[in-house]
Amino acid sequence: MKEFQYVIQDPVGLHARPAGLLVKQAAGFQSKVTIESGGKSADARKLIMLMSLGIKQGMEVTCRVDGEDEEAAVEALQKFFQENL
Amino acid sequence: MNRYAGKSVLKGVAVGRVFFYQKQDCHIEKTEVADIDGEISRFREAVSKAKEQLSALYDEALVNVGEDHAMIFDIHRMMLEDEDYLEAIEQAVGEGINAEYAVQMAQEQFAELFASMDDEYMKARAVDIKDISQRVIRILLGIPEDGVPSEEPVILVADDLTPSETVKMDKNKILAFVTVRGSSNSHTAILARSMNLPALVNTGMEPKEEWNGKVGVVDGFNGEFILEPEQEILDEMIRCKNQWVADLEALEDLKGKENVTGDGRRVDIFANIGKVNDVEAVLEADAGGIGLFRSEFLYLGRDNFPTEEEQFASYKAVLEKMGQKKVVIRTLDIGADKKVDYFHLEPEENPALGYRAIRVCLDRPEIFITQLRAIYRASAYGRASIMFPMIVSVEEVRRIKEIVEQVKGELQVEGYPMGEVELGIMVETPAAALLSEELAKEVDFFSIGTNDLTQYTLAVDRQNQKLESTCNTHHPAVLKLIEMTVKNGHKAGIWVGICGELAADTELTETFLAMGVDELSVSASSVLKVRKAVRDIT
Repeated sequence: MKEFQYVIQDPVGLHARPAGLLVKQAAGFQSKVTIESGGKSADARKLIMLMSLGIKQGMEVTCRVDGEDEEAAVEALQKFFQENL
Repeated sequence: MNRYAGKSVLKGVAVGRVFFYQKQDCHIEKTEVADIDGEISRFREAVSKAKEQLSALYDEALVNVGEDHAMIFDIHRMMLEDEDYLEAIEQAVGEGINAEYAVQMAQEQFAELFASMDDEYMKARAVDIKDISQRVIRILLGIPEDGVPSEEPVILVADDLTPSETVKMDKNKILAFVTVRGSSNSHTAILARSMNLPALVNTGMEPKEEWNGKVGVVDGFNGEFILEPEQEILDEMIRCKNQWVADLEALEDLKGKENVTGDGRRVDIFANIGKVNDVEAVLEADAGGIGLFRSEFLYLGRDNFPTEEEQFASYKAVLEKMGQKKVVIRTLDIGADKKVDYFHLEPEENPALGYRAIRVCLDRPEIFITQLRAIYRASAYGRASIMFPMIVSVEEVRRIKEIVEQVKGELQVEGYPMGEVELGIMVETPAAALLSEELAKEVDFFSIGTNDLTQYTLAVDRQNQKLESTCNTHHPAVLKLIEMTVKNGHKAGIWVGICGELAADTELTETFLAMGVDELSVSASSVLKVRKAVRDIT
């Protein structure tokens, strides 16, 4: 299992658009991707739960990746957060 | 005549007949089904049909309102693939509940998830859940989507509109939107802005059936909806509307045109931004570049310093979007008046005259160096310039340039590609204006920050409302300092811009051009207005 932390930069937080893109990203890997923030967590493939985490600008999220392709997934997701959030 | 106040999302005026759009909210009865498998496949078919509709809506919106707004339908389609949502419904159907009722249950359950959140944006997402659920229910019941039944364009009054309702509305049939609920984050607001229609949200009024066909006025400038206005007011509002439309058309026509006066003098008109997403408005307004990119957004609303990588990503995004156009990034301007706890700044009696901006950066170079590294790394992706705020002496500029050289040297050793970066200063203290002759020899450009320059020159606190009349932005002392700065800049062969609020003051455009100002940086919404003022000079 691998994980990384990221602090959300986007002024609106993890809003619908990046959440949708994140789901697509996560679905591209076999590994299970979990997003955790403020004591709650959600499967990154489940859009509604992901949005309901209410992740705002300045909040730290932990992205946890577990599975065979976790190396590649972490790398791609890190890049994704930097570019979109 | 009745007047209702609301939150205006677009400064415009509409006059026309009112249409009260009432949702055919389907009231569903709970029934028991015997053929559970049949009911589940009926539900699945409805979902796949809903997804087809959403794909079609996406394509339609892509053409009509652009990708940013079309995206919501893609999100809706993805929501209809959400496992939790689908499972909740299928589980209920599995217990013998009819599909329509099961969807309605899921709608309530999931909408509640968002409605109970404390964030306004997320609260508004409850509407999305409702929208997708109602779509599936309509399909299950075989009800077609409804629109505006009127031939003549109307002022559409509604409780709140879902994204698909808003986009389905034929733009040619709508003059304005007025909603009872909704926020400036609601889809109605977002779409109204993209369609350039006046809109009021959150009016809290109670629309009635009998309003249909009555004359109404939406005054987006004053945030007011007037039902059955008196003749005098109606005449006045029609005049306002015609003026607004004429102004709008005149400004639209100026896109792609040069900022040149009748007698051939030119000036650059750039835009100010405060975050990455603002770039779209800048490009839309046809600004020549970004004259002030306030970097504070990177530091505000968080618990620790933004890393070099985070900053790099933001600067790079802006530079790439701007292509060959110039982007002037202002380094951190933070002081005790802004709440950034992790800086551990002590409270001050007089923050405007205190430990802020470049003073913090030079005192705590580690913060400054991180920002400079990020900007220089991003400079490989566009045309970056850097300017430093709150300068009062030549020594400060020399100290800054030493640090800049050090940063560039290190990045070179580390093998990062870098672009040519112009270095400039904000002239926003009387000291900098008075020393502009000496300072001009040290930098590539000046950008005059008129807000602070006015407050420091006139010894007037901008926040003090009692002093509003004293705070004359056209004060001759301020204008003299601006003129002096421009003259000294030109003597040293550097360009001089203005990036404060005064830059957008069209009463002064002619004065600034006469002084020889090279660039005016204004809010994106003022770019065309200033272009018009420039072109009107003969």
